[in-house]
Amino acid sequence: MCLGYPGKIIEIKGDFAKVDFGGGVVRDNIIISLVDAKVGDYVIVHAGYAIQVLDEEEARKTIELWRELMRVAEGGRGEDRP
Amino acid sequence: MGGARIDLKTLLRQYRDPRLARRLTEKIHEVAREIRDDILIMHVCGTHEWTITHYGIRSLMPDNVELRAGPGCPVCITPASDIDAMVRLAVEEGVVVAVYGDMSRARGGRGVSLEDAKSMGGDVRIVYAVQDAFRIAEKLRDREVVFFGVGFDTTAPATAYMVLKGAPRNMSILSSYRYVPPAVGALLEAPDLEVDAVINPGHSSTVTGMKPYKEYFERSRKPMVFSGFEPIDVLISIYILLRQIRSGKAEMVNEYTRSVTWEGNVRAMATALRVFELRDGYWRGFGVVERSAFEFRDGFESVDARARYGIPEPTARAEFVGGARCADVIKGKIDPIECPLYMRECTPETPKGPSMVSVEGTCRIWAEHKVTAIIKCRV
Repeated sequence: MCLGYPGKIIEIKGDFAKVDFGGGVVRDNIIISLVDAKVGDYVIVHAGYAIQVLDEEEARKTIELWRELMRVAEGGRGEDRP
Repeated sequence: MGGARIDLKTLLRQYRDPRLARRLTEKIHEVAREIRDDILIMHVCGTHEWTITHYGIRSLMPDNVELRAGPGCPVCITPASDIDAMVRLAVEEGVVVAVYGDMSRARGGRGVSLEDAKSMGGDVRIVYAVQDAFRIAEKLRDREVVFFGVGFDTTAPATAYMVLKGAPRNMSILSSYRYVPPAVGALLEAPDLEVDAVINPGHSSTVTGMKPYKEYFERSRKPMVFSGFEPIDVLISIYILLRQIRSGKAEMVNEYTRSVTWEGNVRAMATALRVFELRDGYWRGFGVVERSAFEFRDGFESVDARARYGIPEPTARAEFVGGARCADVIKGKIDPIECPLYMRECTPETPKGPSMVSVEGTCRIWAEHKVTAIIKCRV
């Protein structure tokens, strides 16, 4: 049961948050109390609760590192480097 | 590198970049050519299986690299005897049963599902999360409500949190929750599988952290990667594992650093372990795994449906339809296409076993993608 979706917190009321998953999918009643999250954070939501705040810096670092290692330029910005 | 900062949504889309995927695939082939031996990489997560199947990653693999799904579908491993117990509560005891949609369609040892129980007059309510079950109990004060708690370490903390906040007196929970790290340990040491390396489940590990896997890593000394769920995540993870196999130096590597940490979500795990303790637990199709069942601690008898209704600890008995190879698929001994019932008697419309019922089941994922053979692409 690894199903988990990243979504953006748009409102917090006590233990629960309203989360925007994109594409018009918004859910409220998401338990937020097991992470330290604030409005605007991206959280990974599993079975109705936020299991983690997504680390944006790490998301950036991983893709940049592997682009560099694989010598592939960023999408839409030119062909693979020689 | 990088240029102007892009928003997170755009950034995550880059984890599907076809050019990076192609380059990673070429590198995977390069390393695999140097290994020569046949390599079996297993994962234990329905979402990893979905990514691998949906993006055709198996077809991109070198001839000597096989990817196979192990017991990573919670509906599949939920004991048949627990399904039977819930059916009995709904049909014979008049208890309101709250259950996830997927779980309601899985049949127990007597061939009856909770969906069937509903058509037999049982009050079965489909919920999305544990808090929905609590709301039902608050509304139906004169009825007894039982929530069927299925899932892994990812799922158990939310239930524990709601229990600690206070459950209505008419509310209880049947905990069939299972803890994943020892199951990965069991897979690594299974003599009938000969696993060479594992991809660990990214969201389960987000909660547990990498730390509990250390003892199983040290025992088996097999490469381990904690992986995200985008196709680029999975390809990077496979490349990392193959490089370790080539060099003969096994490590625990975190690919999914945007979510997984060494310690995990300490608050979530601590919350779960205030309510539950880990005992040896039975996994349908897989067997008993040491310290893998989240069972209610002493003092929680009022919310523990096992105590309240005298539901016994699960055991193996009459679990699957005759001729079906559900157990072998769940364990990861075979692929769905090796089961004689796959896409013949057993389809998503007429599922014969839990792996074809659940959206996280290997059979269901293969069937939805119309997979009847693995054809390799020329890379």
